Parts: sequence; structure tokens; C-alpha cells
Amino acid sequence: MASFIDFRNPPGSDRRADFQIKATSEPLWVRRLLIATVLGFFAIFLALPLLVVFEGALAKGWGAFFGYFTDRAILHSIQMTLIIAAITVPANAVFGIAAAWAITRFRFAGRAILLALIDLPLWVSPVIGGLIYVLLYGRRGYFGPWLQAHDIKIIFALPGMVMATTFVTFPFVARSLIPLMQAQGCEEEEAALTLGANGFQIFRRITLPKIRWGLFYGLILCNARAMGEFGAVCVVSAKISGMTNTMPLEIERLYTDYLFAAAFSVASALSLLALITLGLKTLAEWENRRQFEAGQRALLEQTIEAPSS
Amino acid sequence: MSRQSKKRHILPGFHPSLGWTVIWLTLIVLLPLAALIGKTASGGWEHFWVTVTDPQVVATYRVSFGISLIAALINGFFGFLAAWIFARYEFPGRRLLEAATDLPFALPTAVAGIALTALYSPNEWLGKYLEPLGIRIAFTPAGVLVAMIFIGFPFVVRSIQPVISELSADVEEAAACLGANRWQTLRHVVLPPLLPALLTGIIMAYGRAVGEYGSIVFISGNIPFKTEITPLMIVSKLEQHDNIGAAAIGFTMLLASLVIVLIGNKLQAWGNRFRKSA
Amino acid sequence: MKTPHLLLTTLFVVLFGMVTMLRADISLLNVSYDPTRDLYAEFNKVFASHWKAETGEEVTVATSHGGSGSQSRMIQDGSEADVATLALAYDIDAIYEKGSTGTPGEHLIPKDWQSRLPHNSSPYTSTIVFLVRKGNPKNIRDWDDLARADVSVVTPNPKSSGGARWNFLAAWSYGLKKFGSDEKKVRDFVSGIYRNAIRNGLPAAARASSITFTERRVGDVLVAWENEALLIKKLHGDAYEVITPSVSILAEPPVTVIDANVDSHNTRRQATAYLEYLYSPEGQEIIGRNFFRPVDPSAQAKFAGQFKGLDLATIADFGGWAKAQKTFFSDRAIFDQIIREMMR
Repeated sequence: MASFIDFRNPPGSDRRADFQIKATSEPLWVRRLLIATVLGFFAIFLALPLLVVFEGALAKGWGAFFGYFTDRAILHSIQMTLIIAAITVPANAVFGIAAAWAITRFRFAGRAILLALIDLPLWVSPVIGGLIYVLLYGRRGYFGPWLQAHDIKIIFALPGMVMATTFVTFPFVARSLIPLMQAQGCEEEEAALTLGANGFQIFRRITLPKIRWGLFYGLILCNARAMGEFGAVCVVSAKISGMTNTMPLEIERLYTDYLFAAAFSVASALSLLALITLGLKTLAEWENRRQFEAGQRALLEQTIEAPSS
Repeated sequence: MSRQSKKRHILPGFHPSLGWTVIWLTLIVLLPLAALIGKTASGGWEHFWVTVTDPQVVATYRVSFGISLIAALINGFFGFLAAWIFARYEFPGRRLLEAATDLPFALPTAVAGIALTALYSPNEWLGKYLEPLGIRIAFTPAGVLVAMIFIGFPFVVRSIQPVISELSADVEEAAACLGANRWQTLRHVVLPPLLPALLTGIIMAYGRAVGEYGSIVFISGNIPFKTEITPLMIVSKLEQHDNIGAAAIGFTMLLASLVIVLIGNKLQAWGNRFRKSA
Repeated sequence: MKTPHLLLTTLFVVLFGMVTMLRADISLLNVSYDPTRDLYAEFNKVFASHWKAETGEEVTVATSHGGSGSQSRMIQDGSEADVATLALAYDIDAIYEKGSTGTPGEHLIPKDWQSRLPHNSSPYTSTIVFLVRKGNPKNIRDWDDLARADVSVVTPNPKSSGGARWNFLAAWSYGLKKFGSDEKKVRDFVSGIYRNAIRNGLPAAARASSITFTERRVGDVLVAWENEALLIKKLHGDAYEVITPSVSILAEPPVTVIDANVDSHNTRRQATAYLEYLYSPEGQEIIGRNFFRPVDPSAQAKFAGQFKGLDLATIADFGGWAKAQKTFFSDRAIFDQIIREMMR
């Protein structure tokens, strides 16, 4: 369990013995060195690419930047991205909750395999993620003739792109919830059961409030990935600008058309989305930590105030 | 509530939740993957073997699986440092950096690819300073390495950070009382419990880098035998109208990934056991 | 979780999206390759107004662009293309051979598709030329210069780019002319060129290599489609020069209607008219303006100043695409061997 001693207060400010501080932290020069090293790493590997994107976007000025977002094809790609995310995220959320419930509240044969299978899309290359749907639903695929006969279009149309995106973002919600629900344990749910609650009541009143933040993380990560997916959607997309392109595909189209400022502008819009996602996630983490610390403090106060018996 | 189903079915909702999970899993993951296996098999063993052992394809395994490992280890080092300072130190901008850690995770792959290329090409931002030094990043394995470091970084940090936060000070204080200096304390008391989580993070970064396509193909230059990655081979086969070959390589990658996933999960389970006993 | 609200929002967004994607008028899908973006952007508008004037029908043409090979694959796998305007006959032959309509034994296009329109179904041709930087500092004049040790070449990967295959064959044609039938010498020559290229990576498509050369400022010379080179010159003025080599290859990008699709969409009339309009005086004019070589003699005369004359080999010299593919570009064929030797 986390210690009540807060490592983050600098020496001298929290009135602990200096010895204690020395025993549990590194000398100042080491700390400075580590921080500098990590800062350097971040600057080179993370900050610079982002800067390149924003610089490229503004290469033709702010006027042009905003102008790109009135272009029909670009607007349509934003619409496509939003539609796909709006379908994929809720679907994977429902799945994630069901999977987390099944895995953390019960023991059954094959649990480990299920866990591994849920993680699988994270490791599989997005290109394969797209390829397998073409193999299944493409005209030459296993379901191809049947789909053709019934005039149902999946690949090279919206359904195929939704499925490829679903595949890639499949594990996120489940992965956020499973460790959380496992750590939380099911005593409270069982208590509710003994008090007469049925399944949905248990879920809505007990579980959901507990996993709220974990679910939130999972949803926003799932959303960010769904909006940014390129490889898998590329393979199943018809690549018709203004009709079937999502934002990442449109970025590639603009880039290949020599329209670099436009490409980077759309890219910066997506990056902004990524930054907002991070912001929301950090907010959620702060909230979580704040609640945890408040709970700890309350516990401490209670312990202190409780009459010694 | 049926008594005979023992402890495991006390809470309601087992069948619906498991059922729905299995259905969704089958539709989205298993069925398409079965198609992959079927397509591979339909070409026959001969075609499969010839395709996946072709020297050019084998060279891509070296890149995709080899360079990813190096990138994962580098991420392990820097990720550990980052997690340590996030969990233990206070300095201005800490929260911002913490938030920024997930950037590669959230940034779309195509954007990352274009940005990295624009950064490291010989006449660009960083590239033009490195070129006179004889260091070329774009269109070399170094470029592939840089891209893989970029995308794998968050996994390591996110794996270790919670574990570091949970370390209690008592053990360290006890070690100091018993006469250990800081370095000894770190090496013998603090690091061992962190090792499983570190390994897990490294393996996850590894798996991610192996499969990545968008961020790498732009900067790698796709030089045969040098910087081609295995996912590119799949796309290449598709464009040569060799669907079965593409499926074959995809299947091989899948097997390798499955092995990595299983090892990763085993490590995570081991790590959890370690953590509970602390 | 506010489930009802979430569901309703999703439903609304989906419906809204679908409605805006519905097309009330006739629409054609033209699946094309990379460098034709500007050409068809202009042509589609002109054709639409021409068709409206002639028949009163509204037609919108959407185009999809990508590598010729992957576009062909897309059609084989079910893209509802009405017409295909690709880079090589080989990619359209593949649509015949491997494309499926869902019914076994049925083909998407007939076997003799290429003879249905004039000039082997190629309303425009192009060739392969060089693009160099301003002032031509390395003094590049012909294919020989590309094999010089101090020259850095940018050219795409023939395994994944249709344009790149024309590049390779053009280089080979020059080699044949210079060294006659001594295959080893021709091979070493072409090898030398690719040795100078491989350091810059082998981009997967023609456009990607153009971008590497212009935006990333890599390399001394770009081996490119003539129309690409002329387009870059138009966009960047005198920052680049177009050098026409003495020998090159006649690239004939063919076009065809995808019969199975137009029949199921009932757009055969419009699709056929669309392709035929490419051969009309107006169509040829647009073609010339976009730096493709027209096939109509009067249009050729009009744009003569734009295109230099040169010695042109044709794919027939290589025995046709199927043979060329087998000899040079299939697995473990000549290109693979060259690369293998180079990288060992």
C-alpha cells in the first residue's frame, strides 16, 4: 500500500528527520541529472515531432490553416472519423464491460486464454487487422459470394471500415477495467447480493460508480485510437476522397497530392485531439488520486479521533 | 442461486457476460483470424514455406523483431527513469510531462510517420545537423529504431509507474538503518520488486513495435534487406496480387505475436503475485 | 452511463452521415493510379457538363487514387469501380484473371478488354524522363550518368509501383541499345543505377518518390513519369529542370470499363461515354494540358512544343507485360536477383 510519507515534498518542508529523507531519496545532483535526462529524451522523441506537425500546418499562415477546414473533402473526412468512432467506441465499451465482468467476477476454464485473446489485437499489426476482413468479406473472400448475391457491401464501404477499427480498438476498455475490477474485489457486490439486489442493480449501483474512472480512461483511449487508425482502415478503404476517407486517410491523400500545409493542418487537428484526450485522461487521474487521498485522509482522521478503547 | 456451482457463480450475470464476450470476440477476432489461417492453408505447405523463408522476408524479421527488441530495451531504460521521476520527484512541469508520456499512444500513426520523416531527413530539422557528422537517420535502420522508440515508450512508463508508487518507504528506511548506502538500497531492495513490471512493460513495447506500420514506413525508406519491415512485406505481397503470400506472412507474424502475448501475460501474473506479497 | 442518450446520439450521427452520402444522381467511380489526380479532377468536371448538355443527365464522377497494383487489387476484392484507368495493362489483366464477381467462372471484364478502345485502350501515353535540380549541377544528360558513382538517384520500388516498372524497363532498354545482347553488361549497368538509388530508399509509389526528391530534397536526380516531372516543374518553376534521355519507353496506361459493375449499376452507357470522351478533341486537349501525351494526331501537333522527341521502346519489345513481369519483377526474377547481389 502507498506510504503516508509523501516523497514529493522537498527536504525540510514536511518536518521529517533529514535522515529519513536521505534514506529514501537520492542526492540532489542525481535527481537533477535524471530529470534532465528524461527531459532531453522527451524533447527529442516526443516534443519535436509534434512541433514539426504544427509548423507544417502553419506554413501558409493562419488564414490558410482555418481555410482548410471549410474544404468539402476535409469536412467529410472529419464526419467519417466521427461516425466510425461513434459506432466503434460504444460497441467496444459494452464488450469491455461484459468481458471484465466475466473475467474478474468468475473463475472458469479457459479464462487465461480469453485474456490472451482479448489482448491479441494490440499486438497484431494493423495491416493484418485490415487484411483479415478483406479475406473474409471481400468479393473473393469466404463470405464474398453470399454478400454479393444479397448486394451487401461491407469492404470498401463504411461497415468494413468500422469493423477494421473495432478490431484495432477492441482491447482498450477491457484492459482498463480488468486490473481495476480485479484489484477492487467483489465483496461489495456480494454484499449487495445478500441484501437482495439483482444483477442490474448490483452493476448500476455498486460496480459502475467504482469503475467510473477506469471506464473513462478506457473510453477516451479507445476513442483516440479509433480516430487515429490508419493502417487497418487503409487496407479496407476505397480511398475516394470526399466519400470514404477518414481523417488519417485524408491526411495521406493531401500529402500525396503535394498539399503539405493542408495535410499537416488536418494532422494537427488530430494531434490536438490526442492532446485533449491526454488532458482528459490526466484530469481523470487527478480526480482519482484526489479521491483516493481524500479517502486516506478521512481514514486517518477517523483513526486519530476514534476513542482508544 | 444454484448451490452446486460452487463459489464461482455466486454473482449473477455469468452466462450473459461470458456469452456476449465470446460472441463479440468470435465475430471481431476469431472468425477473421480463421479466415487468415484458412487462406494460408489453401495455398499449401510448399507456397507457405517458400514465402516465409524467402531471404528478403527473413531480412524483415531481423528488422521487425530485432530492432524492436533494441528499441524496447532502450525504452525500458528511459521509461524506467521517467516512471521513477514521475512517481518520486516533484519538479515544475512534472504533470505536463506525465501527460505527454501518452502522446505516441494517442497520436495517429500516419501523422507520427510523416513528422518523424520531416524531422530526420538529411535536409530537415534535425537531419541537417546530423548529416555532416556522418549520421543518417532517415532511410536507415537507425530511423526505424527511432520510430519504434517513439511508439513503444508509453507502455514501459505506464507499466512501472503504479508499482513504483506503491513501494513503501519502510523497507528502504530499514535498509538505511542497517547501514546500506543509497545505491545498495536501490539495487537490493527497491529494484527487485520492480523487475516483473519492467519486463512486462518492455514486452508490451516490443509487441507494439513489431506490428507497427504507419509510423515506420515513411522514415524507413523501405530498403530491401536493410529497413523493410514485415508488415510492409504483407502490403507488398498484396500489391503483387499474391493474397496467399500475404496471408502466409500475416499468419507467421500472428504466431510470433501470440507467443509474445502469452509470455507477457505470464510475466504480468508473476508480477502481480510479487506485488501482493509486498 | 446515460445509455439511452448515447444510443440516440449514435443513431442520429449515423443516419445523418448516411443521408449526406446518398447520391440522387448517377455517379461513376473511376479507380485510377497516382499521377492522374489533376488530370481527372479537370476531366471529370468537363465530362459532367458535356454529358449534361448532351443528355440532360447529371453525372458525378468520383475518383480513387493509389498505387496501380493496389488499386487493381481493390477492384478484384470488390470495389464497385465503374471504370479502371491504371498504369499498366498487367494490372488490368489481373482484374480479368483474378477478379471475382462472386459467381465462379464469371469474370469482371472480358479477356479482350484491351481491343475495345483505340490505341490499345490507351487514350494517353507518357514516358520516363529525369528531373534534376536547378542548373543541373551534376550535369546529368542520359542514363549513363545515373550509373556514375557520384550521382544519387531517386526511383520507386518496381515491386510495388507500376511507374517504377516502367522506369526499370526504360533503363534496361537503354542498356540493350548500348550493350546489344550482352545481358550481363546490361544487368550490371542497371544494377549500377539501382545501387545509386537504394541509399535513398525505394519509395513504394511514384508520388512518394517525387515527394522524397522535392520536399525532402534527397538525391540528385528523380526518375519519373514525364507528366509528373512536367507537373513538378509547373509547381516549382525553375527550381527543377526536366532532362529527356535519348532512349526511353512508351508507357501506355490503359483504361477500361468494368463490365460486371456497370451492368449491376446500370451505368454502362455513361461509363462507356466517359472513356470515349477521353479520345475526343476536348478530352485530348485536357490530357495535353495535364502533361500527358495525347494520342490524337492533331492534339499531338498542338502540344508538340511541350514534349521532346526521343527514341521510344515499347512493352512489345519485352514480349508483353506478362512476360516482362515474369522475367524481371516476379519473385526471385531479375530485379530480386539484382537487389540480392547488391545487398549481400
